[in-house]
Amino acid sequence: MLNPEIARQLSQIVGERYVLTSPEDLICYGYDASSLQKLAGIVVLPRTPQEISEILKLANRERVPVVPRGAATGLSGGSLPDVSSIALSVTRMNQIKEIDLMNLVAVVEPGVVTADLQAEVEGKGLFYPPDPASLKQSTLGGNVAEGAGGPRCLKYGTTKDYVLGLEVVLPTGEIMRIGGKLMKDVTGYNLTQLFVGSEGTLGIITEIILRLVPKPPSKRTAMAVFPRLDDATQTVANILGAGLLPSTIEIMDTTTIWVVEQYLHMGLPVEAGAILIIEVDGHEEALGPELARIGQLCEEGGASEVKVATNMEESESLWTARRAVSGALGRLAPAKQGEDISVPRSAIPEMVRRINDISKRYNITIPVFGHAGDGNLHPNLLFDMRDPEMMERVHKATAEIFEAAVDLGGTLSGEHGIGLLKQPFMARRLSPLVLELMRRVKATFDPNGILNPGKMLYPE
Amino acid sequence: MTEESAPKGFSPKRVPSYDEVLNCIRCGLCLSVCPTYREAGTETNSPRGRVALIRAAAEGKLELSHNFVDHMYRCLNCMACAEVCPSGVQAHEIVLDARVEIANKLPQPAAKKWIFEGLVPNPNRMEAAVWPLRLYQRTGLRWLAERTGVLGMLPHHLGEVAKMPPTASMTPLRRKLPEVTPAQGERKYRVGFFLGCAQSLLFAENSAGTVRVLARNGAEVVTPKDTACCGMPAMAYGDLDTAMKLARHNIDLFEKAGVDAVITDCATCGEFGKHYKELLKHDPEYAELAAAYSDRVKDISQFLAEIPLDDRLNEIKVKVTYHDPCHLARGQGITAQPRDLLKMIPGVEFVEMKEPNWCCGGAGTYMLTHYEGSMNILDRKMANAANTEADIIASGCPVCQMQLGYGVRRAKLRMKVTHPVALLDQAYRPR
Amino acid sequence: MLEQSILVELERIVGKENLLCTKEDLVCYGFDATPRLGRWPDAVVRPGNTRDVSAIIQLANGDGFKVIPRGAGTNLSGGTVPIQGGVVMQMNRMNRIQEIDTENLTAWVEPGVVTSDLHAAVEAIGLFYPPDPGSMTVSTMGGNVAENAGGLRGLKYGVTRDYVIGLEVVLPTGEVMNTGGKTIKNVTGYDLTKLMVGSEGTLGVITRILVKLIPKPEAKKTMLVFYRTLNDAAETVSSIIAHRIIPPTLEFLDNVTINCVEQYIHANLPLEMEAMLLIEVDGPPSVVESDAAKVMQVCREHNAAEIQVSATPEDSLRLSLGRRSALPACARLKPTMVLEDATVPRSQVAPMVRQIQEIAKKHDVLIATFGHAGDGNLHPTILCDERDHEQMERVDLAVDEIFKAALALGGTLSGEHGIGLSKAAFMTMEMKDAGMKATVAIKRALDPNNVLNPGKMYLDDYRAPGAGN
Repeated sequence: MLNPEIARQLSQIVGERYVLTSPEDLICYGYDASSLQKLAGIVVLPRTPQEISEILKLANRERVPVVPRGAATGLSGGSLPDVSSIALSVTRMNQIKEIDLMNLVAVVEPGVVTADLQAEVEGKGLFYPPDPASLKQSTLGGNVAEGAGGPRCLKYGTTKDYVLGLEVVLPTGEIMRIGGKLMKDVTGYNLTQLFVGSEGTLGIITEIILRLVPKPPSKRTAMAVFPRLDDATQTVANILGAGLLPSTIEIMDTTTIWVVEQYLHMGLPVEAGAILIIEVDGHEEALGPELARIGQLCEEGGASEVKVATNMEESESLWTARRAVSGALGRLAPAKQGEDISVPRSAIPEMVRRINDISKRYNITIPVFGHAGDGNLHPNLLFDMRDPEMMERVHKATAEIFEAAVDLGGTLSGEHGIGLLKQPFMARRLSPLVLELMRRVKATFDPNGILNPGKMLYPE
Repeated sequence: MTEESAPKGFSPKRVPSYDEVLNCIRCGLCLSVCPTYREAGTETNSPRGRVALIRAAAEGKLELSHNFVDHMYRCLNCMACAEVCPSGVQAHEIVLDARVEIANKLPQPAAKKWIFEGLVPNPNRMEAAVWPLRLYQRTGLRWLAERTGVLGMLPHHLGEVAKMPPTASMTPLRRKLPEVTPAQGERKYRVGFFLGCAQSLLFAENSAGTVRVLARNGAEVVTPKDTACCGMPAMAYGDLDTAMKLARHNIDLFEKAGVDAVITDCATCGEFGKHYKELLKHDPEYAELAAAYSDRVKDISQFLAEIPLDDRLNEIKVKVTYHDPCHLARGQGITAQPRDLLKMIPGVEFVEMKEPNWCCGGAGTYMLTHYEGSMNILDRKMANAANTEADIIASGCPVCQMQLGYGVRRAKLRMKVTHPVALLDQAYRPR
Repeated sequence: MLEQSILVELERIVGKENLLCTKEDLVCYGFDATPRLGRWPDAVVRPGNTRDVSAIIQLANGDGFKVIPRGAGTNLSGGTVPIQGGVVMQMNRMNRIQEIDTENLTAWVEPGVVTSDLHAAVEAIGLFYPPDPGSMTVSTMGGNVAENAGGLRGLKYGVTRDYVIGLEVVLPTGEVMNTGGKTIKNVTGYDLTKLMVGSEGTLGVITRILVKLIPKPEAKKTMLVFYRTLNDAAETVSSIIAHRIIPPTLEFLDNVTINCVEQYIHANLPLEMEAMLLIEVDGPPSVVESDAAKVMQVCREHNAAEIQVSATPEDSLRLSLGRRSALPACARLKPTMVLEDATVPRSQVAPMVRQIQEIAKKHDVLIATFGHAGDGNLHPTILCDERDHEQMERVDLAVDEIFKAALALGGTLSGEHGIGLSKAAFMTMEMKDAGMKATVAIKRALDPNNVLNPGKMYLDDYRAPGAGN
């Protein structure tokens, strides 16, 4: 608990009701969806940018860290506070301010849940594509702070490609507006995209202007089973090389298939090397031929079984296995650590081979699944955290996975962010020069180092 | 433009109009097509740069220094810039105007004066000048010099240049051709033939062929013996007075001859001949005559395209590609006609090369004065030509022919260079 | 003037033939495509590789001279003008397409590669690099990245920034930095790659660019549509979008521009029309057919007076000519052309065009407006004569009002051309103090000695209110 004077000043800004100090609150606002648990120093829930501005000015005066959070569904510990900091939740700022049909933009507050925005715009025939797995509960502010992705990124791009403008409260308390409802804007530095993915270390986002696109009229799915993993990943390359652009291409490796089958008992081919699930969207009349061509490429690529849905219902059923993965993993082992490495597409087969090798050497089950189309894979290490010897092996395995990714020209994180968990590995991926530059950028915005300190970059 | 309104650095006699210079909006589009910019990559070697230099000089910010003059002479005058300029700036013209200014303002080397005032306008002297070359080539001296590497002992540049000229004919064409060549069969037209200098001296057989083709197709061909140089070389060196003098001389000559058309087989003579009306438009005595003359000038391919042609042609089984001379394609807008002539010949397989209208780098005396730059530009052309795997490169300009001929040897290609009409002539002649 | 010792050092780094110091060279490198701006640099260098660039910039930091990077110099906002003197660094010797990776759909290029050369190289193998700025046959990739160039295809395909996924940059202090990579998704650390894009040569010199490519669209159809009223044209634009069609090209020409174009290409354009739209749809053939049909229906619903549609690729080119001739046509009318690119949200295109027309009348200047109606990026083009000082004063007033009008409508000073010098004075109007402070702070953090392209973007002139800087 922070000193009562801070609590008092915070109450004056947001009202007593929205300052939380009970031990239960401090626990609940001390975790996210990673395996870590901390305790907040105090929790505050502002409603307006002006309130946030006051809070940050206070924080600078008193040198108290502030850690922003949305729905805290992050997987890297980025929103975790500690006992000396103020956990600042933006969940009360949850209005969709505007859906501009002329300009195809949405203006939202940071606490809006992603799925809520998607439902709202789809009702108007529009589409906000980024679909992180957490979309039913995560907030757009969090999505922007992490640069969230999702399966549809292959065709549609990530959150970063949809942010046209922001209102941000800088760590020193100033309120800055950058960008706008503009498709083209080269005035000044590209600060908008600097803030996207900045993990709450450069400013607190209080308004987001998002680009929307027309909703694709229709979509359809195909599923292909491959005896050999390499054939599956080569087929991915072949599909993209043929000029086709499905909205998603998901892969499940043999371990994943086995894990899901344990859970669902739906007769999945457990000896298969991999399963690909491919979805195309767009005009109805174009989908049939596209999917047929994809099916053909899968067969030519060595698939033992290809199922092509002929309508929406069939499509849905083909997704069941993929959607069940998270739940299945949770059932199988007490704990899991989902990584989020990203490699160039051409390196996927090798990356999976190396993960399999690491899994064998450290005797840890590591199912691999993810977005084969864009190279973003999710190796999930399954373990029991009560076993310290096993934890040792988990840590070593994790380090080797990152090294393999960087070695193959990839990066530590495609969507989840660095937060706390991947911080130790930053130096392996980024040169000292780049890290130095990032520190300078951080220091430029946050001279007193009060906003979400200790995350992403090591302090100097 | 009056003395007062002329911009500071230039005199009003023949000044790049300041208006024209200002029309350049510096968008840089010319950089995408200028051969000198593509080779050198520096702004100073671009049309936009040259116009900027002229503007700076006009505004008194630059002197006509040695470097300035050098830059003015790096332009090939290929007109590719004018073709793409959105503002309609004729950068090549502005550069020529600047050369005139330089010639007027700066002391000129005596040799230049002698060449352009004494030699080039005088056909007799021109023939005499080529005589040593003929001798050198015919008596085996050339063979000797090249084989024994004597040429290699000269500064590289000069040694190379010595290899360039084609084998000149022993008797000047001017002496061989009769004043009037009668039409074969019915006389349908009466045309003048413009001898020019380079073509008739170095490629005399080509021009003889041109006259034969004309005669065969019903034209009576008048070849005035006193035809002087068309004046382009003088103009290119900034000697406006000589150019105008030559223009007047030639206009008078063909006026007397009373012909329907003045035919030339040299792209440059044709372009400059058509330019006479612009050149002399302020001359009260010659303005009208020049206009009439220019309207009558036709390139041989242009004339042949306008008349019904004798189609009794023998087969020549050969693969031919074509290089557009700048003065023909851009200067006169003639691109289809030479190609049509070639395709007309039975047995000819015509293949288009990449960038057929990219300058060959010949540009008058450019290959003498800017050997390295000229060769860089030539290499690009030869690479494109080689890719066609043709047997023959056809082109209707003697400088291009000379440059391409040299290029063929330099790149060790098995290709011949010829004038399109020469090929037609060959097809007409009995086996 | 540069000291002899510096010239000697520069010559040692790049070689004698790549150091240009004659007066003639300085004249030619003192300007770009922006009217009325120019200043001679002290010298020009042409580095051949990243090592050269790094050495030159280190020298600049040590010896206190400025460095101004330059590609082909087709910039329209004075971004490449060496306004404080210094050494212009021309990047076009570094002009290789180093790699086209057909598996990962990426390409590594050096900054001097001409954009249309990249287009040709990738299109030959069925791939596509969409950004198509008007200067593409001569402008370079490095320049495109520094300015975040746009083009006609921006509406559907996005701009340069959307395609740059990695860079090698020499920082203003001389270190060589690599950012980004071939991964499609990357959230490791701050996005320095995107920060560099559009930084106008003030945060680093770009020495290598990694772009992502997409498959080439199979088919395309072009339509030319004429309207008697501006409103009908504007409403057509919104309507097309409302029908959920995002055409790759949706261009607009006003009446003044139509008349200029007709004078130039003589295509029998109907001169009394208030507006002309050029619309292109692309994609798989079946989609192209249905999209085109829908678009034409929308046009008719909004009182299109005349519609021409392409049946072949040659037709496409012919129809596009009207739009692509807008710039040359306007350029021929008057000696000086002030080409602005004030941008507004799409919904404000018609009001913006009307305001421009009023501003033109008010200050008695001739303004032709054309541009990318689909994404709100308009090009109000003022045709004038820079020798007429009185007229130019009125032109400056008109430009000032155009910026204010765009900002008032929720727009921005520049959609594609950059801020450079010409719009620097208006930066604070748009960025406000918070934005300017952040911008200047970033510049100072990366370039403590203010070596790289100084005097641009208002970076040197901005004074925060209150405490002194």
